[in-house]
Amino acid sequence: MTPRKNGNPGAARIGVYVCHCGTNIAGVIDVKALADYASGLPGVTIARDYKYMCSDPGQDLLKKDIQTHGLNRIVVAACSPHLHEKTFRTAAEAAGLNPYFVQMVNVREHGSWVHEDKAAAEARARDQVRAAVRRVAYHKPLERKQVAIHPDVLVVGGGIAGIHAALTLANAGKHVYLVEREPTIGGHMAMFDKTFPTLDCAACILTPKMTAVKAHPNITLWTMSEVAKVEGFVGNFRVTIRRRPRYVVEEMCIGCQECIEACVFKEGKTPDEFNLGLSKRKPIYLPFPQAVPQVVLIDPETCIEFKTGKCKKTCVEACGERGGIDFHQQERFETIDVGAVILATGYKVFDARRLPYYGYGVYPNVYTALEVERLVNAAGPTGGEIVLRDGRKPKTVGIIHCIGSRDENTNRYCSRVCCMYSLKLAHLIKEKTGAEVYESYIDIRAPGKAFEEFYNRVAEEGTLFIRGKVADVYPVDDGSGRLVMQVEDTLLGVVRKIPVDMVVLAVGLEARPDATEVRRMFNITCAKEGFFLERHPKLAPVSTFTDGIFLAGCCQGPKDIPDSVAQAGAAAAEALALIDSGSIELEPNTAQVNEEACCGCKTCVPLCPYGAISFREQERKAAINEVLCKGCGVCVAACPSGSIRQNLFEDEEIFQEIEGVLAHA
Amino acid sequence: MPENFEPTIVAFFCNWCTYLAADLAGASRIKYAPNIRVVRLMCSGRVDAQFVLDAFARGADGVLIGGCHPGDCHYQEGNYKTLRRVALLKRLLAQMGIEPERFRLEWISASEADRLKTVVNEMVEQVRALGPLRRSAVPSEAAEEVHA
Repeated sequence: MTPRKNGNPGAARIGVYVCHCGTNIAGVIDVKALADYASGLPGVTIARDYKYMCSDPGQDLLKKDIQTHGLNRIVVAACSPHLHEKTFRTAAEAAGLNPYFVQMVNVREHGSWVHEDKAAAEARARDQVRAAVRRVAYHKPLERKQVAIHPDVLVVGGGIAGIHAALTLANAGKHVYLVEREPTIGGHMAMFDKTFPTLDCAACILTPKMTAVKAHPNITLWTMSEVAKVEGFVGNFRVTIRRRPRYVVEEMCIGCQECIEACVFKEGKTPDEFNLGLSKRKPIYLPFPQAVPQVVLIDPETCIEFKTGKCKKTCVEACGERGGIDFHQQERFETIDVGAVILATGYKVFDARRLPYYGYGVYPNVYTALEVERLVNAAGPTGGEIVLRDGRKPKTVGIIHCIGSRDENTNRYCSRVCCMYSLKLAHLIKEKTGAEVYESYIDIRAPGKAFEEFYNRVAEEGTLFIRGKVADVYPVDDGSGRLVMQVEDTLLGVVRKIPVDMVVLAVGLEARPDATEVRRMFNITCAKEGFFLERHPKLAPVSTFTDGIFLAGCCQGPKDIPDSVAQAGAAAAEALALIDSGSIELEPNTAQVNEEACCGCKTCVPLCPYGAISFREQERKAAINEVLCKGCGVCVAACPSGSIRQNLFEDEEIFQEIEGVLAHA
Repeated sequence: MPENFEPTIVAFFCNWCTYLAADLAGASRIKYAPNIRVVRLMCSGRVDAQFVLDAFARGADGVLIGGCHPGDCHYQEGNYKTLRRVALLKRLLAQMGIEPERFRLEWISASEADRLKTVVNEMVEQVRALGPLRRSAVPSEAAEEVHA
């Protein structure tokens, strides 16, 4: 067929730059040959190869060429545009060129890193460079639109990561909305007793931060609340928060807990969520003594007033004039405007029932590590005493590592914290009960500051380490409730059957079951394991592919407290940098209607999910609101009269690219 | 079929899912067939039927569209528009005598580098087995019409 006219619409003087990326690209693709090839393409004034195009000298080379050779279009064949498109656009702009006269060709991620056959990789690179050269000649100068940024920030999740991020931002003078699903902030950390490897008590370091959140004038804390809807874009998010009723007026309750005392239930009958069912609570309760806010709540599932309407309501009596109890509280929705969002939604522990051979949920003396955390905790259900469900003190305890981690049948990844918390639990169990503790491990992973030393200390204290994964846990056949841990000791090469009183399963960390819904709401991505995906694993670890949405803590992947806090600080800093810039430049890849060509068919109107397309009845023409347009191009492709065009993705640009990649034939 | 025939597949990848899956394949050094040529668009919903026809007319042996999974579209529902368009286009291509294996729509999320490899390799194998697209049957005027 007739070749498409490859005009030179802007009298293009194109510079092509092929990056070696050290040996990352040059090790597979002959970069000199590629530059040579590019120099022969129509419109190309100069083509070069350079060791590192993204480095300062690389960028200077480009800038100098723009000035000395009068280049007006730039093609950079290097890495992914997601990594360095901005770099080269900025460089071009600094040399006086419109930044949208730059086109990148991905010859690293889509070239040298994925193809072993050099000749084939080079052929692909030539095709893609040719396409970019043809395309860039058709580029038009574009302007970025400036939009003001709302200075408030939303932090989702009130665990240690969310708390730290909220406090950091609030201390910098920003108004923060901290939204927490549970009735109290504190997250998993509030459930721990001691923290590894320093053994400082979790409550002692966490509760002051929790109270600081409540007291901070710049923080609006909403517990029992969830994000229901997210609209808008970076700098201008409009978020709807669903606030579930707690049936206690937060402003009225002073946390005296007299209502709990007065409840018609003399004793708690419902498994206590905070203690993982190891104790019982009443229908009106405070999740734990240091809960923030210090406000009780009523569980409508168990409260007699909710079930029958015939309760004596002794709680209301006890509250008296304060009138804190309100059985008629309703779910409410609040709408807030924020410029940035930090997601710190945390993790869920692995459900040990998924591995039936360890007997969790079947044998009462098999515990998860988190349950043991509660048992060890002085404020826990046993007041810090490690006792079995039958009241006995264990004399031998077996801790099994990697439950739901490093396992092809469950999760392949390492949960990073289990080795260390297992060592900590071994130490605490030994300290409190003097029991003999066995740890069955695959590898001991102690790579943090003072971690290895802690491992040595626990080993010296007499904890017995067995290298091997436990295959089975079964009861001793004497009705004593004792269990046998069967494990192949791979260092001795023998199968051992160890009788123990208590088995502790070192459960791993998993993504929250509703991570997918949260991700969809905020328009971000999950990695394969279900944790939220960061923009770049090394260089943008707290950013996401959606501008203005940042990540902190375990929602991004398993990590310990110091790492969560560090990441929360980083996310807060990123949000601050965004907000303090005052305004943001929006990418100009929006769509426009060519009014003359528009036939008024309205095909485009219902296609736009953002309501950016309106129909002007009088003129019988469609119109696109550029501020609302997100630049997907769906309407452009659908327009039967071809009267909608999209900046940076014009039909002609794409046709040139298509013909460009195919012109090798 | 010419000996050692190597098909060329034009791949329209959306910026947010499938293009990133290909980036991840790179970062993970996952090797796959070098026969694809990627055209990046913001959304798979930007793929105009004309792009597909043009690619076939100008020498592509196959066309692959990669988008986000249903419900995961960066633009909320652009991929549903793609799905509808592709269903129609498939029937049109069949009428032109283009085998269904030559035109594929796949949902590949940003974390599915393995899937990208599988899809590309599988498609290249299938199209290689079919041989080059017999393009002589496409009258050049008709093709020109497409761009009008």
